[in-house]
Amino acid sequence: MSFFYERRQIVTPGDLLAEGDYLTGDNTYREDSKIYASRLGLVEYEGRKIHVVALNTFYLPSVEDQVIGKIIEVNMNGWTVDISSPYAATLRATEAFNKPFKPQRDDLTSFLDVGDLIIAKVVAFDRTRDPVLTIREPGLGKVTYGQIIRVSPAKIPRIIGRKGSMVNMLKKETECKITVGQNGLILISGKNPENERLAVMAIQKIEQEAHTSGLTDRVTEMLRKERGGIG
Amino acid sequence: MTARIKLVDDNGIRTDGRKLNELRPIKLEVGVLSNADGSAYIEQGKNKILAAVYGPRDVHPRHLALPERALLRCRYHMAPFSVEERKPPAPSRREVELSKVIRESLEPAIFLEQFPRTSIDLFIEVLQADGGTRCAGVTAASLALADAGIPMKDLVVACATGKADGHLVLDLNDIEDKEGEADLPVAYMPNFNAVSLLQMDGLLTIEEFKQALDLSLDGCKQIYKLQKEALKAKYIAIREEVEECLQ
Repeated sequence: MSFFYERRQIVTPGDLLAEGDYLTGDNTYREDSKIYASRLGLVEYEGRKIHVVALNTFYLPSVEDQVIGKIIEVNMNGWTVDISSPYAATLRATEAFNKPFKPQRDDLTSFLDVGDLIIAKVVAFDRTRDPVLTIREPGLGKVTYGQIIRVSPAKIPRIIGRKGSMVNMLKKETECKITVGQNGLILISGKNPENERLAVMAIQKIEQEAHTSGLTDRVTEMLRKERGGIG
Repeated sequence: MTARIKLVDDNGIRTDGRKLNELRPIKLEVGVLSNADGSAYIEQGKNKILAAVYGPRDVHPRHLALPERALLRCRYHMAPFSVEERKPPAPSRREVELSKVIRESLEPAIFLEQFPRTSIDLFIEVLQADGGTRCAGVTAASLALADAGIPMKDLVVACATGKADGHLVLDLNDIEDKEGEADLPVAYMPNFNAVSLLQMDGLLTIEEFKQALDLSLDGCKQIYKLQKEALKAKYIAIREEVEECLQ
């Protein structure tokens, strides 16, 4: 039973993290009783479980995730949605209409057309099937205003913060509506462009410095300074 | 043959001033291309090679997709200006073969089974060649894969040993490769002590082969350290900058 790295130390794929009676967490794998890292990231220990918090990843869908996607295709009975993951998602036509959907009567493009952005939730995904989305929940649906920025999906937990502390702080300080998609897309809509600019700047700072500590305080400080300068 | 070039002089010094078991100077850089999902650049002696990774992403054409794992596709290509005499840009027999062996040397290191029905596309572009490009290509490619955030068992690192003027020499350069008696490129996963590529041309005795293999693995371990540093460098720099600001 032994650890080979300190907490928050950077490891590379193949680094031996621990030997003995431990559990594999995110981005790790086991070979016999040894636990190795499978991605570049920071080591975290959580009881007997060992995680590597990845510094760069792509988005792999997971059921219940909220994502922001773009319609790339209109099919007979639904839409194909790009959710910037290795797998393209589908949204069924029945999601859009309250009455039963009839292809000969209902025009799908009048509801969502190619290029439209949607906030959606993943309802099904596994190895054999492409992800299926839903928009029939409050807060989901077509995006009609605001601006979208893209960050690495690895940084999303940092942008949300512990129990939403970071994103709540951002909302309060910038007075913007911020919708975070687990796939790395973030929708920002504020009362004026200046507020939105501040939010974008803050999110970019968080993405840049995601692997450093004391980030929430630094971002708060930066936002207050910036706002003071304007006012 | 008359007036052959002397590859190793009486003091055991090679044409470029190296000792027998000395690597060429290596420079590694990660994340050099912003349009690729992951990328790396290597300079090993006069070699200059770029590696870029896209994916995992949709497979095109569709019918190539595998139901149980990701498809790894690799293209090794030499730029027309990478060698002294212009090389036609179309893939030659040699490039097609190297694409295959490089792909096979990287496959065991990647968790392909985690991403069924997708493809991971790898491009290795040799900008300037000076012998040992397949090895430098593998070294750069595994960095690009790690940079793309693709889960891997280990980094793959490659290095060649050859025989020149009767001496075993580490990390062949172009002239030693062409004029020497043998060439033994090896790709290696250091944490598992596993060899994933082993080729040989020329002639070596069994005893020489064993020594050459050990020498190659030794070279691989040295390059492996550089690989890890290169991967971490970007993030450590940001962290230090932040810590400086705080003080």
